[in-house]
Amino acid sequence: MRRRVLPGLPLALGITLVYVAIIVVLPLAALVFKAASLGPADYWRIISSDRAFASYRVTVLCALAATVFNLVFGMALAWVLVRYRFPGRRLVDALVDLPFALPTAVAGIALTTLFATNGWFGAPLSLLGIKVAYTPLGIIVAMSFTSIPFIVRTVQPVLEELDPALEEAGQTLGASDLSIFVGVILPLLTPALLAGVSLSFARSLGEFGAIIFIAGNQPFSTEITALLAFIRLEEYDYPASAAIASVMLLTAFVMLAITNLMQARALRYTVRG
Amino acid sequence: MKIRLDNVVKEFETFRAVHGVSLDIGSGELVALLGPSGSGKTTILRMVAGLEYADAGAIYFGDENATDIPVRERGVGFVFQHYALFPHMTVGENIAFGMKVSKVKRSPQAIADRVKELLDLVQLSGLKDRFPAQISGGQRQRVALARALAVDPRVLLLDEPFGALDANVRRDLRRWLRKIHDELGITTLFVTHDQEEALDLADRVVILNKGKIVQEGTPEAVCRNPADAFVMNFLGDANKLDADIRGGKAYVDAVAFDAEGVADGSGQILFRPADVSWREHGHGIAARILRVIDRPDSRRVLAMTGSGQAVEFDTAPEFPHRKGEEGFIDIRRPRVYAAA
Repeated sequence: MRRRVLPGLPLALGITLVYVAIIVVLPLAALVFKAASLGPADYWRIISSDRAFASYRVTVLCALAATVFNLVFGMALAWVLVRYRFPGRRLVDALVDLPFALPTAVAGIALTTLFATNGWFGAPLSLLGIKVAYTPLGIIVAMSFTSIPFIVRTVQPVLEELDPALEEAGQTLGASDLSIFVGVILPLLTPALLAGVSLSFARSLGEFGAIIFIAGNQPFSTEITALLAFIRLEEYDYPASAAIASVMLLTAFVMLAITNLMQARALRYTVRG
Repeated sequence: MKIRLDNVVKEFETFRAVHGVSLDIGSGELVALLGPSGSGKTTILRMVAGLEYADAGAIYFGDENATDIPVRERGVGFVFQHYALFPHMTVGENIAFGMKVSKVKRSPQAIADRVKELLDLVQLSGLKDRFPAQISGGQRQRVALARALAVDPRVLLLDEPFGALDANVRRDLRRWLRKIHDELGITTLFVTHDQEEALDLADRVVILNKGKIVQEGTPEAVCRNPADAFVMNFLGDANKLDADIRGGKAYVDAVAFDAEGVADGSGQILFRPADVSWREHGHGIAARILRVIDRPDSRRVLAMTGSGQAVEFDTAPEFPHRKGEEGFIDIRRPRVYAAA
């Protein structure tokens, strides 16, 4: 093997592998193992029950909506933070990380207070006939809140590195601002956007603490999959809980794999040949 | 297309400012803006392009006042120092971009034909489907030129186009650019801090310092008749000796030089290292050799005059004298300037 400047590769690699095995692979294996203790018929019955299906539907649709919202708003936020200098910019920049730092239950309680029909946002919204707390809209709000840093923090560094001369080149070639954005900036941001979107979506699928306070948790309408797994757990029905969790695990895994493929495709121009 | 700058001013909080520049560029001319960093040369180029707006003054393209025409309607081809190629597009797509977004609609076939024609012009016919990351720096800059030419610009503007390339590639590319310019006859303005590049390439050189034009003229005119000590120094190696100027003569260590028209007082004599002869006897400024440095085609001699001023000069490789020897230096083509 080639000699390396830094010693300790076997040690570092060993620790890393042990860590990954214990912290990541082992619990997942236990989950799969537990789910496998059910027969195929029971497994299928549990994961395809009407209540489970309703929870998949509300979780996935709300996560999609939250991710689309974050995609637009997160990109705008990253753009403003990178391109403009204004008083309080550093404060806004620091606030972006707050959803990461805040315990999700705190976020959930705060959002519920704000969006309840007598809350600061909820009261004016209810006058307009819009109800947020205890509806799927509330789930979307909670998901957006907890996952927006993913988009901002993945897009921001790429945007900072973007050479302003590229936009100027577009201008001298006669391109409109829209053509430059669609033809030059957006394709260059796509890999970062995909990474941000996949993280944001995965986080939204798995979010629990922030949602259960604001969702109302009515089976068949505002009950998310993670909560259903938790309910089964509380009923000491471990195999059923594991079966439902395994569906979430598979979904997250497939989704991450797809975005990785898309990312590789979007980055193919960087390959030297 | 003629370009005229009329007393153009641009103020910045820091350097790069331009303090009143007027300049006429003839149709089909190739003009170099030459100056050290911070002399305002790139700012001038960017104002001509419309990437920067002048605070005062006007820029004319032909008879049209172009000062307030936005960059995308100004019809300029701009080549950036670091190429600014779109990294996610192939070479062919980069060149086609300007034609695709243009208000003048072209058929895909017409665009493809034009791309092919331009690739032939810049001698990159085989690289149409490569990405910028897959070609060399020199090739990238030629793609950038093809992309700028694709929109049929009225003028071509180049910002230190060869600044990021190695010496050999630079020389090849600038000869090649001159050839392209002669073929197309497009009015071209380029910025450089490399005097060799400017003299090699341009019909006319405009030398800038601290946001003002200090001299403009053909390469011959600026080389043979530098307007002041700054130009003399900037164009190449120069020796500088302090002198006293009295009644049209400049005195260095009691040796007199012609200084017709230079005001009395303290001044400087500047001369090129190649314009010095070493004499063992006779007239000239007394000096002692400190060091002899060998070069492939010459010898560089470091010497000290009797009054302790350093002089460097070039001699034939056969120069027989050694460190410590004393003699006299005889200066050809000295240039006398009053002290700044």
